[in-house]
Amino acid sequence: MKRIIIGLATFLLFAEGALAAGFDESINNATAPIAALIGKIVFFKIAIFGANLPVVVLWLVVGAVFFTFRMGFINLSGFKHAIELVRGDWTDPKGHGEVSHFQALATAVSGTVGIGNIGGVAVAVTVGGAGATFWLIVAGFLGMSTKFVECTLGVKYRTENPDGSVSGGPMYYLRKGFSDRGMEGFGKFMGTFYAIGIFIGALGIGNMFQSNQAYVQLNTVTGGALDGLGWLVGLVMAVVVFMVIVGGIKSIARVTEKIVPFMAVFYCVFAIIVILMNFASIPQAIANIFTGAFTGEGVAGGALGAMIIGFQRAVFSNEAGIGSASIAHAAVKTNEPVTEGYVSLLEPFIDTIVICTITALVIGTSQVADPNFAGDATGVAMTSAAFERQLSWFPIPLAFAAVLFAFSTMISWSYYGLKGWTYLFGEGITGQNIYKVIFCVFVALGCMVQLGPILDISDALVFLICVPNILGLYFLAPIVKKELDSYRARMASGEIKKFN
Amino acid sequence: MKNKILVAVDGSETGNRAIDAAAQSAIEAGDSIVLAYVIEWSPYSFHTPEELAERHKRRESEISRAEQSVLTPQADKVSAAGVSVETVVRHGHIGETLSSIADEYGVSHIYIGRRGESKMQTMLFGSVTSALIQTSSVPVTVVP
Repeated sequence: MKRIIIGLATFLLFAEGALAAGFDESINNATAPIAALIGKIVFFKIAIFGANLPVVVLWLVVGAVFFTFRMGFINLSGFKHAIELVRGDWTDPKGHGEVSHFQALATAVSGTVGIGNIGGVAVAVTVGGAGATFWLIVAGFLGMSTKFVECTLGVKYRTENPDGSVSGGPMYYLRKGFSDRGMEGFGKFMGTFYAIGIFIGALGIGNMFQSNQAYVQLNTVTGGALDGLGWLVGLVMAVVVFMVIVGGIKSIARVTEKIVPFMAVFYCVFAIIVILMNFASIPQAIANIFTGAFTGEGVAGGALGAMIIGFQRAVFSNEAGIGSASIAHAAVKTNEPVTEGYVSLLEPFIDTIVICTITALVIGTSQVADPNFAGDATGVAMTSAAFERQLSWFPIPLAFAAVLFAFSTMISWSYYGLKGWTYLFGEGITGQNIYKVIFCVFVALGCMVQLGPILDISDALVFLICVPNILGLYFLAPIVKKELDSYRARMASGEIKKFN
Repeated sequence: MKNKILVAVDGSETGNRAIDAAAQSAIEAGDSIVLAYVIEWSPYSFHTPEELAERHKRRESEISRAEQSVLTPQADKVSAAGVSVETVVRHGHIGETLSSIADEYGVSHIYIGRRGESKMQTMLFGSVTSALIQTSSVPVTVVP
């Protein structure tokens, strides 16, 4: 009955709907070739063992492996200390009132926990098979080391502005770090390269992809009532984002920041419930992940294909190697930059190893129970279908969560992008507002374009940012290693004290 | 040896009465006074990246406001009465921070003004005064 009413309503809106659908479609048609072109340039592929390996993915993986070895498996050895830091065990109470380790972590996590954790994983499983999950987890594990390096540098080379606020992130550590190593001109170039990358890249991963998937989920729960109305949903989202970032209505952002962590916990709890309800399928689903990882059954490019997809989606979700989180971490007032590195290595853990894996298991166990459970759906719609199999009401709170995740990620990324912009063009208010308006326009565009081209553009832009960032990290890794060794030595000698 | 008395100050009427009571007993016993202003703050809260970037600046202004509008005038009043006085500003959970300041300064007694918290507030956030009483290692006097 509900469907009939919705159907009738849609029919009545036909005239208007047709016009709007046409609008969405023409936007989509216009962007598709651009996406394809950018994708081709950035994802220049080399063929290895029958799989097409994009050079940038290789670039990221090699980087992550290198940092894991260079820092002496900090992703394992630093884990316990990271938790103690977040608990405040090593914080001097006299310094209370500054940004705490927990706050920096929470802010960086709400920037990264987004639609990628819900929809991105479904994309990985659709394209790369169950085995992609395994490589996703491996990538998360290695990414912890990359994060450690970039967030340590973010704090070490931040800039304290005359008004007392702080700015930091890759553009600053690239410029100052290279200058420290006697390559001032190159550092300036790299800083600028990164700043351009992040303010353009912010329009993809932190913007269009988010608003697109939020729209898709809203459309799913309303039974398709929003078909062709992407422009309208996009407009509404753009207006809300506009009110926050241009209008300065910070209360909306504050409320979102406070709800998102609870939504993430809520999501994980129900995901685990669904996995448990699919109890009988768990062993098979886990077996599929492992066999798929090494055989790559039914995946283009076999095991290597699954690996590429897994790594690609992991970076898209946890942002290790992109350098964005170091912008948020740079705000922490600490004499020990390494402490923020430690704390940040928990982000890929929470984001990828915990949340993405849970999503993958929800999908995986559903697939074992009913291989055709989602039909043609992919992205967030597929995840939603997996939940719906067991909990018919869940798509509605999931839509709510998706919108909130998307929103908080968009707010965080608007800030990251803006930092790139102000690095290049200064703190002028007019310039900042121009950037913010462009950002809002892309929020609306995200709802009008199909997922395919958006993913192509977003992936391409994100990986473009990784090029200067990882290159910088290689050069600056010795500085981080020195900081780490000195920190550990002072911890051992008792110079750095535990307060709790 | 002279003892130190810690007084919790928050700019309120009852807080000022606590100072008066403490000053009275300090004069009689020849003790000195530590005035402490604790700004309610939790390390476990959630903020936007922009708020984080502004945090250091805001902390400085919170501290100077506490000093200028409350601590300095009250300290002047106390020292005018002939009692030697120190001041301290901290961020943190009010009850817990006060008892750690008490340990740090080695005080022998704490004075605090009654907060007049409603039942609802106490239920939601817990009572500052009872948290202090529970954690303090020295006697606490609550001034109404």
